[in-house]
Amino acid sequence: MENRAIFSGKLLAFLLVAPQLAVSLIFFYWPAAQAVWQSFLVQDAFGLSTEFVWFENYVELLKTPEYYHAVGVTFLFSTLVVVFSLAIGLLLAVMANRNIRGVQIYRTFLIIPYAVAPAVASVLFIFMFQPGLGMFARALQRWGIDWNPVLNGTHAMTLVIIVAVWNQISYNFLFFLAGLQSIPKSVIEAAAIDGARPMRRFWTIVFPLLSPTTFFLIVVNITYAFFNTLGIIDTATGGGPNGATQTLVYKVFQDGKVGSDLGGSAAQSVILMVIVVILTAVQFRYVEKKVHY
Amino acid sequence: MVEHRRFGNLLPHLVLLIGVLIVAFPVYLAIVASTHDDTLIANGQMPLYPGTHGLETYWHTIVSGTGKTTRQPVGGMMLASLIMAVGIAVGKIAISIISAYAIVFFAFPFRMTTFWIIFITLMLPVEVRIFPTYKITSDLHMLDSYSGLILPLIASATATLLFRQFFMTIPKELVEASKMDGAGPIRFFFDTLLPLSVTNIAALFVILFIYGWNQYLWPLLITTRDDMQTIVIGIKKIIDVHDALTEWSVAMATAVLAMLPPVAVVVLLQRLFVKGLIETEK
Repeated sequence: MENRAIFSGKLLAFLLVAPQLAVSLIFFYWPAAQAVWQSFLVQDAFGLSTEFVWFENYVELLKTPEYYHAVGVTFLFSTLVVVFSLAIGLLLAVMANRNIRGVQIYRTFLIIPYAVAPAVASVLFIFMFQPGLGMFARALQRWGIDWNPVLNGTHAMTLVIIVAVWNQISYNFLFFLAGLQSIPKSVIEAAAIDGARPMRRFWTIVFPLLSPTTFFLIVVNITYAFFNTLGIIDTATGGGPNGATQTLVYKVFQDGKVGSDLGGSAAQSVILMVIVVILTAVQFRYVEKKVHY
Repeated sequence: MVEHRRFGNLLPHLVLLIGVLIVAFPVYLAIVASTHDDTLIANGQMPLYPGTHGLETYWHTIVSGTGKTTRQPVGGMMLASLIMAVGIAVGKIAISIISAYAIVFFAFPFRMTTFWIIFITLMLPVEVRIFPTYKITSDLHMLDSYSGLILPLIASATATLLFRQFFMTIPKELVEASKMDGAGPIRFFFDTLLPLSVTNIAALFVILFIYGWNQYLWPLLITTRDDMQTIVIGIKKIIDVHDALTEWSVAMATAVLAMLPPVAVVVLLQRLFVKGLIETEK
């Protein structure tokens, strides 16, 4: 950091950083440390004694089939959410980047999902996909699909993926649009003069130049699919049926609510923390450098 | 953009129209449903245009509550959401701008350590450390309180980093000049820095307001009293009453009311919103 410190009041400086430091220490560092510490402890059934067991909680956790099931669910869910929301966002951004009339109006509509809370977005789609009364549920039934997300795991998964993608379109659209607008027109014109058709120009010039944005968005979208979709899942399916939509974060939430196995729940949290830290580190390492490939 | 296109701009318009349709249809349907009668909706016979029960439904939803369930009226929930959202936005901006000010403009011991301590909080979203945070909030007797709803969610570095970046672009000469005029650090902050930061503060406010209003997990855990419930949580309880009992018109009216403030903010303050979004990467 460039040294531009100009004032020298040490007491004042301390008072200025004190509120944020206090909030961070009390509500961030202390809980995070607690989670790590608890993940090394085992409590007996009555909560009377605790024992330090090193990595036993982790070993136990990695032996349970439910955990691997949640890993699989998370992987499938995140992959589909990331791929679809990025593809749709990119397509819309490319179209909006053309010099056409009414772009402002399109953009105004397209940013709406960002403002809708995940849980509320879920409610909108539950209404459309409610067996018996929902518009799309009835259409599916007319086509002979026995649509029922309450009983059918695949249907439940489809529903939460649709909601999660819908909720994330705005974000990807806006970042792709900003990325596209920062590509110099002259580069594209040069390629056009050389005779490259629009599709070819997109894949050989625009898309590679967009790679820092794409890379940044992949990381952000993975984080989104992992952590910010809890409201969607809790409202739409509650992790069911039979754990079909139980992602890792949702499992921590459900296991923690029951509260019987503090150590195991803490171990799950710590594994998630490690995942976020890695994702954030990757994001900073590559995105801050603004690398072009 | 470069060569002449035979079909003009038909394709972009078509794709964007489909996009708008996908985005707007669920919202439109919710608005329509909130104006129809429950039995009509339950039969699956709801038309695609608004009905005539709107006023009645919104009155029930916001003010009086309905007879069928013991549910609270939504008006109070909206107030709780508003207090929480504004509290988070104002609180986070306030603590961030002063800490960024100290980090950029002051020489003090452990300056870099302080910066890193704040910076690292970027790493973990509240979802991951939810139960230990819950326990501490409960130990501090902050359950069912606005301070409990707000404080744990302002412990993050995004706003601090944004202000820090902006402050570093302010030329040193400006500070020197201000000092020459006899201004101390506090006067410099209020007379020079704060006016320069207005756009940044507004953009952050928009983003943080939406973030706060749309919170789900945290208020779900730490509120037990009905009068502390936010609207985003309240809506789940309305559709939780299983199947046939769900008052869909009320549920959809609640959804519309839950969307209204953040959507209005995003649409009306679009420029600030886009600026805030791109800069905080939130």
